[in-house]
Amino acid sequence: MTAILERGRAASPKPSKRSRILMKGNEAIAEAAIQAGCDAYFGYPITPQAELLEWMARRMPELGRAFIQAESELGAINMALGAAATGARVLVSTSSPGMSLMAEAMSYMAGSETPMVLVNVMRGGPGLGSIGPSQSDYFQAVKGHGHGDYRVPVLAPSSIGEAVELVATAFEMAERYRTPVILLADGILGQAMEPVEARFRHPPRQEFDWALTGADGRAPRVVRSLYLQPERLEEHNNALQAKYRQIVDREVRWAGEQLDDADLAVVAYGTAARIAHSAVLKARQEGLRAGLFRPITLWPFPEPQLRELAARPTAMLVVELSAGQMVEDVRLAVEGRCPVAFHGRTGGMLPSPDEVLGKLRELDARVRGRGAA
Amino acid sequence: MTAIAPAPRVISSRPELLSDRSSHYCPGCGHGIIHRLLAEVLGELELGPRTIAVAPVGCAVFIYDYLQVDWVEAPHGRAPAVATGIRRVRPDSFVLTYQGDGDLAAIGTAEIIHAAGRGELITAIFVNNGIYGMTGGQMAPTSLLGQHTTSTPMGRDARLAGYPIPMTEMLAILPGVAYAARGSVIDPAHIGKTKAMIKRACQAQLDGTGFAIVEVLSNCPVGWGMTAHESMEHLAEVEKVYPLGVLVDRSAPARQPASAEGS
Repeated sequence: MTAILERGRAASPKPSKRSRILMKGNEAIAEAAIQAGCDAYFGYPITPQAELLEWMARRMPELGRAFIQAESELGAINMALGAAATGARVLVSTSSPGMSLMAEAMSYMAGSETPMVLVNVMRGGPGLGSIGPSQSDYFQAVKGHGHGDYRVPVLAPSSIGEAVELVATAFEMAERYRTPVILLADGILGQAMEPVEARFRHPPRQEFDWALTGADGRAPRVVRSLYLQPERLEEHNNALQAKYRQIVDREVRWAGEQLDDADLAVVAYGTAARIAHSAVLKARQEGLRAGLFRPITLWPFPEPQLRELAARPTAMLVVELSAGQMVEDVRLAVEGRCPVAFHGRTGGMLPSPDEVLGKLRELDARVRGRGAA
Repeated sequence: MTAIAPAPRVISSRPELLSDRSSHYCPGCGHGIIHRLLAEVLGELELGPRTIAVAPVGCAVFIYDYLQVDWVEAPHGRAPAVATGIRRVRPDSFVLTYQGDGDLAAIGTAEIIHAAGRGELITAIFVNNGIYGMTGGQMAPTSLLGQHTTSTPMGRDARLAGYPIPMTEMLAILPGVAYAARGSVIDPAHIGKTKAMIKRACQAQLDGTGFAIVEVLSNCPVGWGMTAHESMEHLAEVEKVYPLGVLVDRSAPARQPASAEGS
């Protein structure tokens, strides 16, 4: 237990005051991708991620790299598919309704094992919804998008600095596992300005034995997801599943705060975790032993870590900017070992720290009441 | 005196880029002819080792089993976008797309129009056989009026299903398009002309003059409910709706300002 929590704490970046610059989330993510060696960016204007596209429109051509404002999100992600199939480092960004259109190619890219990083700056839904911050596409990112048995790693930063770090991590994971990787942000992370440590990382380049470069002095290569023979497709799917098991074993990331003696654990990611952090501090001030468990990888989900945590705290409160999506995975992880309550806001609304504190008080009273009975 | 037979003169052989395997296409299908033309042209222009090609969804997805270059599969209709991505990160590669009419003229209309509009340096082969072959013979946007398909069992009625869409004419008006032409596989003479069009479309990309497309009128004996021979003869009817010839050629280097300056 302690070992796992230590590892979680080590994952939180320690800010240094020396090399910090003030950046807007969308722009910081874009620049982090550029510094990570992104060769090509394809996008389509949509709020609240438009600044990311605009940053790329200026920066990529000046560096001699590829930038296209595509005709649609379908166009953008299929351009990414083509560029990625040649072994290029490719970034695509969008927001919720655009993600729905990108679902098709996500399935093809997972099936044909093409690496790519996709940034989804979530907004309110369903439908055209709103342009306010939201986490209502957790299901879509973690369980959904396209058809077929596949998974993609989903990284969820809760600060702009962490987003910068995770962009490089996302490219590394994409290339190591030959898979699309989603960086899941929301309107607050995209639009807010924060001091960012200028510690951009450039993951080393690899030679790919699958990349399309022209069959010059070697046998032709095919990047494909079509296997008409059932035996062959099952074999391919089994190989994908084996890869996903490796990712589950190796790539879980999360962070914890004040969990060692906590008997109330708030579980939240992204912007909701920022609010939960403030609520936990307030709860501690009034004597509630609260802590924060923050998944950083939403897939692979920190399931064993949560299960271990559930053995000790009396109760968990899941806070999301949704009507309740990640809470399902928390309940699956906890397997009934402790009560799991939920508090969420939707449509671009944010819970205040006091609102979350109120829910913690309620939960505490409920748990104590039951304990006394 | 013993006559010595002259050494046989080879007048035709399998192009090097065409694999030595029998195809999955139905007997009489035009895809085989068009694959061969491509293999010949790419071979003659020595483009094989530089080519990255994009396969469609439909019968011709398996083109990568026959044409020996690097291939990527595109989702249905998206080949021009996929090709755009390749083109922008690999300026020295030769980029080719191969699409049918369901792929290019229905689900992929946005992608083809915008790739052409951007003047992407891509050579597009558009096989128009007026039907969805792989899914069993449904109406395509290019199906002729009155054509019987599994989804127009009474014949295509313009009041219900609209009119045939002349995609290549529509594309030809875009300034980004360097070359647009329509050929046919109806007989050897037309096959020869179609090969010349494909070569010209490849050259346009090599010269950097813009997007190039060759539409090839082809047949689908099974989907059309005809014998192979009848279906080839029927292409004469198809030609009346989709006239053959070069629709636009802005690819002639002499017409380009850059070349006119003499460099």
